[in-house]
Amino acid sequence: MTLIVDIERRLGVFRLKTSFEAGAGVTALFGRSGAGKTSVVNAIAGLLRPDRGRIVINGEPVFDGERGIDVPTPKRCIGYVFQEGRLFPHLNVRQNLNYAGLFSRGMPASEFIHVVELLGLKDLLDRRPGNLSGGEKQRVAIGRALLSSPRLLLLDEPLASLDTHRKNEVLQYIELIRDDIKIPIVYVSHAVEEVVRLADTVVLVSAGEVAAVGTAEEVMGRPDLHTGVFEGGAVIDAKVIEQDMQNDIATLAFDGGTLSVTKVDALIGEPVRVRIRARDVSIALRRPEAISIQNILAGTVREVRSERGGEVDVAIAVGGVVVRSRITQRAADQLGLRPGLSVYALVKAISLARAGSP
Amino acid sequence: MIPTPEEQEVLWLSLRVAFWSVLVSLPFAVAVAYVLARASFPGKTLFDALVHLPLVLPPVVVGFFLLLLFGRRGPLGEILEHWFGIVVAFRWTGAALAAGVMGFPLMVRAIRLSFETIDRKLEAAASTLGAGRAGVFVTVTLPLALPGVITGVLLSFARSLGEFGATITFVSNIPGETRTLPLAIYTFTQTPSGDEAAMRLSLIAVLLSLAALYVSEVLVRRAAKRVRGDDADSRH
Repeated sequence: MTLIVDIERRLGVFRLKTSFEAGAGVTALFGRSGAGKTSVVNAIAGLLRPDRGRIVINGEPVFDGERGIDVPTPKRCIGYVFQEGRLFPHLNVRQNLNYAGLFSRGMPASEFIHVVELLGLKDLLDRRPGNLSGGEKQRVAIGRALLSSPRLLLLDEPLASLDTHRKNEVLQYIELIRDDIKIPIVYVSHAVEEVVRLADTVVLVSAGEVAAVGTAEEVMGRPDLHTGVFEGGAVIDAKVIEQDMQNDIATLAFDGGTLSVTKVDALIGEPVRVRIRARDVSIALRRPEAISIQNILAGTVREVRSERGGEVDVAIAVGGVVVRSRITQRAADQLGLRPGLSVYALVKAISLARAGSP
Repeated sequence: MIPTPEEQEVLWLSLRVAFWSVLVSLPFAVAVAYVLARASFPGKTLFDALVHLPLVLPPVVVGFFLLLLFGRRGPLGEILEHWFGIVVAFRWTGAALAAGVMGFPLMVRAIRLSFETIDRKLEAAASTLGAGRAGVFVTVTLPLALPGVITGVLLSFARSLGEFGATITFVSNIPGETRTLPLAIYTFTQTPSGDEAAMRLSLIAVLLSLAALYVSEVLVRRAAKRVRGDDADSRH
């Protein structure tokens, strides 16, 4: 699957000018509220007409301003899960799920059974949307979109209106879909945890424009791009090489060394993704001894950037990945940090972003 | 109180006139309401005013216009008779036409209000699932507007049962053909010692109106519940 988006659109004083390409897997459109993320997915779905540009799915242009192509929404075959679910209130869950079947976009009964089982909708089929919880509504909305023979699934902040507990529940189902149905997904979010957990490719959207495109590892580790959007840090893709069941500690190998992480629910050999926040990384010039910190990584300073509030962001190359550290300007001066200096990154906490998926 | 055969005849005629006036005007009212709720075009205000005209004009004036247009020599009357074999002048069909025209603005208003309150995001969701314009209208818009449609039908039905001025002007007061309930009551009040008969018919009119109100209330409540998305037995 390839999705090419290259569009421009004026919305009042706001100007949307977005250009990116996405492949298989999950592509996250990431950025703060009001950055224009929803407008981009609306344009992909055909609900918003760009002033110019083109949108191509699998080589087929669904919009091309120059050639006058604008495939109407019902013909685009794109599943769309909206922030508020938008289930049809006058239909029960089963009728909602089968809605696309009324317009020859339906899928065989076997697929219906599969999706109902995957999303745990069996007990909800005869209920009406008015009596479903927020999480249940979103699961039905996802099922309804999946059952419309989509070649691409758009998820627009599907967790935004849910509480933390429900968020986690629905997130697990989205992971299931990503791994089981293998449909390409464009996922809109301003929540870093969701993006790190789900995304293969990240498109950073800022003020209507694409600020960066790349793998989650690349984009989420760049502090210059999203100051204020979320707490800076590094995202590292690693692989489980050892599981110490007794102490519940797993050893992860990554391009630059190993990490010890607690409570990793993955088998040996399985890939995992971890996130290290810049605030949880201290820097030492010599390898410290007799210290409780378990993860000490040897690396080289690549960049020292001054940030607001008398702090600096230090990028440390550890093998093929970059770990970030947020320390005070004074500490950086005392250590004499400069690019090229060999240092040790002391990692105090590691959060697991994604486990057991390809 | 058992209605006499004459009273039964009046009653059935009234119901028949009201039924057909509502049935025939309903599709037009839905279409006009949809256009007024959704479309914007030059002259919309004028169109809106024209639709509402029967509400503010003296009914006699409406009846007179109908007579000019739909009389046997009238331009529309000739078309109806020539192409469809329908004669409305001085027939019960004419009474239904008059009732339909008078009730039309009420029906349009109720349905239009309903269209305007529908969350259009649901229609966008339907289009992403493969529904074209007509599909969206039939499967989402119209079902969600059902409470308004029922209200409109009832208002127009009640208006039809009570129609007097336009009817008597357009199709006169012919026993068994155009003498509906209000016309029959009027006739009795004009004859000496007709008070008792007028009272009996008036009571029938009251009972009829109450029954219609009750039925519509039940239907609207049920439809509103459906549109809200509640289960039949509200558990939460």
